[in-house]
Amino acid sequence: MKIVLENLTKKYPNQNRKIKTEVTAVSDMSIEIPDGQLVGLLGPSGCGKSTTLNMICGLEKPTSGRIYFGDTDVTELPPEERGVGMVFQSYALYPHLTARQNIMFPLQNFRGEKKLSRSELEARAEEAARLVQIEQFLDRKPGQMSGGQQQRVAIARALVKMPGVLLLDEPLSNLDARLRLQTREEIRRIQRETGITSVFVTHDQEEAMSISDFIVVMDTGVVQQIGKPQSVYDDPVNLFVAKFLGTPQINVFDGTVKAGKLFIGDEAVLDVPGVPDRDVTVGIRPEGFVPDENGVLTCNLHAIEVMGRDTSVVAAHPAFTGHEIRAIIRSDERPEGSGGTVRFNLKEKKVYLFDKDSGERIRF
Amino acid sequence: MDKNSWKPWLYLLPALVFLGIFMVYPLFDVMMYSVEEGYNSASQTFYGVGKYNYSYVLRDPYFLQALKNTFILVIITVPLSTGIALLISVGLNSIKPLKELYQTVYFLPYVTNTLAVGLVFMILFKKTPYSEGFVNQIIGFFGAGPVDFIEGPYWAKMFVMCFYTIWVVLPFKILILTSALASVNPDYYKAAKVDGTSPGRTFLRITLPMISPMVFYLIITGFIGAFKAYSDVVAIFGTDLNAAGMNTIVGYVYDMLYGDSGGYPSYASAAALILFAIVLTITCINLLISRKTVHYT
Ligand SMILES: Nc1ncnc2c1ncn2[C@@H]1O[C@H](COP(=O)(O)OP(=O)(O)OP(=O)(O)O)[C@@H](O)[C@H]1O
Ligand SMILES: [Mg+2]
Repeated sequence: MKIVLENLTKKYPNQNRKIKTEVTAVSDMSIEIPDGQLVGLLGPSGCGKSTTLNMICGLEKPTSGRIYFGDTDVTELPPEERGVGMVFQSYALYPHLTARQNIMFPLQNFRGEKKLSRSELEARAEEAARLVQIEQFLDRKPGQMSGGQQQRVAIARALVKMPGVLLLDEPLSNLDARLRLQTREEIRRIQRETGITSVFVTHDQEEAMSISDFIVVMDTGVVQQIGKPQSVYDDPVNLFVAKFLGTPQINVFDGTVKAGKLFIGDEAVLDVPGVPDRDVTVGIRPEGFVPDENGVLTCNLHAIEVMGRDTSVVAAHPAFTGHEIRAIIRSDERPEGSGGTVRFNLKEKKVYLFDKDSGERIRF
Repeated sequence: MDKNSWKPWLYLLPALVFLGIFMVYPLFDVMMYSVEEGYNSASQTFYGVGKYNYSYVLRDPYFLQALKNTFILVIITVPLSTGIALLISVGLNSIKPLKELYQTVYFLPYVTNTLAVGLVFMILFKKTPYSEGFVNQIIGFFGAGPVDFIEGPYWAKMFVMCFYTIWVVLPFKILILTSALASVNPDYYKAAKVDGTSPGRTFLRITLPMISPMVFYLIITGFIGAFKAYSDVVAIFGTDLNAAGMNTIVGYVYDMLYGDSGGYPSYASAAALILFAIVLTITCINLLISRKTVHYT
């Protein structure tokens, strides 16, 4: 089912009653999620991801704006009439019920014509369990299962009533690194198999990039960029998006443009035709550095860390705004540790210019 | 490890000493008393050892009356007070404005003195030469004749007794239950709502199991407390409970020791041990039932 959010806004009254201003959790959000796709809703803590999800599932009423599932306007519908499945960050599995009972719980709410017989209930629950591969744990209680297994029970419970929309609120944040990797593949597989339109919330960019058909990057309630993971990474619209995506983080320098050339410190590092003379913020992806004895950018070398396939060069530069510069290079390109400085050439495609104040991208 | 093995005992010693002096020894002593036949408290002598004290107590009409009263009190007040407390707590938990105020109001009776509350109940229910009592005025308003709740028929006195007991135990139960309800993870309710669970089913299948350890705790302590009822009865009906026909087991024990007809520690001990056996049995039954119905997480 296609999901359309139209100018969706959510304001909360301020918790501190003395302050009359409202907190805007989500501001004027418009996105369209095509049928059967998995979209990653991505942003730092407190940016309004859960609020968006809660509005889609009906637990929160939007202050303004509309929500459509397919062609139906569901804005005013209560959660149970929207046909959504939701996986909570804490899983919210009922601890006193077994996995089987948990999975059957949503089905037992059906009344009237939709009411299922005992055997139908069992069959549906087992089918959902098979999908997430937890058949052998069906008679355990949540407390007797590992985090990953609980997680899958939660997904099974969300899927069992065959919802048109599946919402997942940071479903992996309680898992350890390895399990997280495994489970996100699992979620991807389940989503592909069922073809349910899904919204996946996370603040981990890597997670979102790896499994989403497309991602929505948010900051303080405002959508920053929407697109395929790779294209958002390669072509960020502003400094926030550039900084938010990618590990290690993008390296940010103060720079100036003079006569079509970009200067970092005193060195002209790149031709930027068509950009008027001005001060800019320069973002360089870690993989945008190429060590070269005659390179254009001179940095003080701090350390060289070998991480198997890649090597990370840690360096410093007076115009650098962060803590330390990280460049990722292939291990065979390793610079010789010569006299405490290292010189780089820059890959043009990995260098982005941003407005110093607004952080908007300056294209060249 | 071994050379330290006396240490835990050392740490336990103060507690053990106090428990020994104030709990184990008296219990043991009571058991001794209860089997000593013809005990004379003046000369501290007795004829022999046997179960005569028990058979005397069990045939004493005053004891049987007290037993009946206590059982009626327990059976009526424990389920009712727990149920009412649950209703009120759920209500309190679901309102937003002035929540704290209501919680305080409901808790007030708990910090009020039993005898003072008893006095208020006397005024509400008692018939005096000058007035019918407040409750009788209300009854009269609906066209029924006045009832003497304090010195009248048995059912009327029992009604006052149960009413009073429920009133006195409610605040504590409400306090416990509201905090238990507030500690249920709200995500469970959200999940239930997304799945379209009806409020009734949410309460029965989610809320109640989640707070069941607390409900169970209240039932157990409620049973024990009601079996030990005494001061509340005195607060309403005065000290001569046998005459009022409203004695309780603990009241009977007290009378046997210190009352006008007192001075029989052996009978008192036997009655106390019978009460002990009853409470123990009921608690064990409760524990057995709870295995199936209470969910500890
Ligand atoms: N019930 C509420 N009342 C007032 N403000 C709220 C309420 N719920 C959320 N907010 C505010 O709205 C903003 C967005 O919250 P939201 O829970 O959507 O963030 P999030 O993106 O899910 O963050 P996280 O990654 O930490 O879960 C936050 O600033 C939060 O303080
Ligand atoms: Mg959240």
